[in-house]
Amino acid sequence: MPRLNVKDFLAGFIFLAFGSAFLVLAQHYPMGSARRMGPGYFPQLLALLLMGIGIAAMLRAWARAPVAIGGIASKALVLVTVGVLIFGLTVERWGLVVASVSLVLISSAASSSARLGQALALAFALGLFCATVFGLLLGLPFPILRLWG
Amino acid sequence: MGDILANLATGWATALTLLNLGYCFLGVLIGTLVGVLPGLGPVATIAMLLPATLTLPADSALIMLAGIYYGAQYGGSTTAILINLPGESSSIVTALDGHAMARQGRAGAALATAAVGSFFAGTVATFVIACLAPPLGNLALKFQAPEYFSLMVLGLIASIVLAQGSLLNALGMVVLGLLLGLVGTDVTSGTQRFTFGVSALSDGINFVVVAMGVFGIAEIVRNLEDHGTRALLVQAIKELMPNREERRRIIAPILRGTALGSLLGILPGGGALLASFAAYALEKRLSPRAREFGTGAIEGVAAPEAANNAGAQTSFIPMLTLGIPSNPVMALMIGAMIIQGIRPGPNVMLEQAPLFWGVIVSMWIGNLFLLLLNLPMIGLWVRLLSVPYNLLYPSILLFAAVGVLSLSNSAVDVYLLALFGVLGYAFLKLGCEPAPLLLGYILGPMMEEYLRRALTLSRGDPIIFLQRPISAAMLLVAVLALGILLLPAVRTTRSKAFRE
Repeated sequence: MPRLNVKDFLAGFIFLAFGSAFLVLAQHYPMGSARRMGPGYFPQLLALLLMGIGIAAMLRAWARAPVAIGGIASKALVLVTVGVLIFGLTVERWGLVVASVSLVLISSAASSSARLGQALALAFALGLFCATVFGLLLGLPFPILRLWG
Repeated sequence: MGDILANLATGWATALTLLNLGYCFLGVLIGTLVGVLPGLGPVATIAMLLPATLTLPADSALIMLAGIYYGAQYGGSTTAILINLPGESSSIVTALDGHAMARQGRAGAALATAAVGSFFAGTVATFVIACLAPPLGNLALKFQAPEYFSLMVLGLIASIVLAQGSLLNALGMVVLGLLLGLVGTDVTSGTQRFTFGVSALSDGINFVVVAMGVFGIAEIVRNLEDHGTRALLVQAIKELMPNREERRRIIAPILRGTALGSLLGILPGGGALLASFAAYALEKRLSPRAREFGTGAIEGVAAPEAANNAGAQTSFIPMLTLGIPSNPVMALMIGAMIIQGIRPGPNVMLEQAPLFWGVIVSMWIGNLFLLLLNLPMIGLWVRLLSVPYNLLYPSILLFAAVGVLSLSNSAVDVYLLALFGVLGYAFLKLGCEPAPLLLGYILGPMMEEYLRRALTLSRGDPIIFLQRPISAAMLLVAVLALGILLLPAVRTTRSKAFRE
């Protein structure tokens, strides 16, 4: 098997995947004509273009010298993403304080030099800050702290 | 000339209100802060602060956001000189000679040169904007749908040309951005597109969510990849003023840097980064001391610092007059205007004259604030660098999440934020720059609308884009720009220029 440039290949693959997805979804919208563009016209045009770019990038992967992607901070990526997701999941049910504290604690673990004490102190300070500033002063329509009920 | 003065007077009246002076100061203060802190740039900061600007009047919001942008240029050069750590990409070249000067004990002179050069350039650039904006705006008023469409094509191509890395990838990012911009309700037919029946998506994916995800979150994860301890070695700064010999040597470079920066800032795709690189290269070619460059030549600090500030400011021209963003920060400014209910474009100058001129005048005031803020307080700024990243990034994440939540009080936006963060990180790793995606995202719906109108005008014949002279000229420039880039010789120099 010839060596291929994984970076180019994956980038092309993402473009192709997005292009195909948009193309399939856009089938539900009327095309219209150039004279009267329907809601499907421009998206289908762009989706085809994106697929073309994706295929070109994938083909090019064989022509260019392979490049290493470099280390992927998978632990940091997962923890940061999960932290943000948990924030969204908890804020409506449990309130701002629980959501903020969870986000800070989970995302703090993403750093290789994280210390528990430091993270706890930060979570406490930011939880308090969020409750007063966003909850009391700015009045975001979310509960500040709701542990039951 | 009388017009310009009258316009500037309108601007003074807006910019000098206590409220706007306050927000201008706040903007440059935050700008300096994020400029000093590596790993947190003006783009991410402005994206995070967009929700907070919702409650401000439109002029105050734009004045503050503009202040963050040019303030960050100042802050970035401070750390570039003192610890060889450019806080901002546009300060990379400043670090070459600036830090060399610092090691020779001339840090004070380098910092003063950077500050004075920036201030001078900022003053000139303000006048350039005041002179150039009205004629450009008038020209744009004659634009119809085909011209607008071609202008957007040109703007997008320019963003590709100036993106780092592969052209094909940048092109893909633009098209993907355009498509993402189409999510939501189609204005003409009312059809819900790509919403998967989620009602939170019927107004489209919020711009702030995309920007924070691909710039903010993705950047945080990348910073966490290799986070070593920051060595902090700052010598006491003696002698802030350059000596007489140095003062003489910086005059011409500052003038040239200002001119070059003002020019490059106006071009679509231009801005501070390109301006500083070009100015450094020019000085190196012109200077009789070319051999000293890289070892502490004061010209190598003066020219790029003047240029990046001039470029940062004149890059407002295409944004304010045509509604076309030339770089990601300008894309965010357009986002801020849309949030405020202002439709970007040439009408802004006429319908929102106090806002338009107020923002321009505030830039000059902001530059003055920066001069006063930076020189006496350098020690304080540098001490900020010792704030551990472990405390910084969870706080940034939290403010991003709360900010996104406050946009439409919907947790869906928070989930999207996480999604775009992952996507942004993947693109970073694959060598796809996010800036073209963001520009495409902003322009997507507008482009579709103009294409639709243009084709209705021509009864479906795309030749209309070539029949109208202004539109044809813009498309020609776009094609030429792409064509030139494909020449092998230019390709190698381009990649070399980005590497330097």
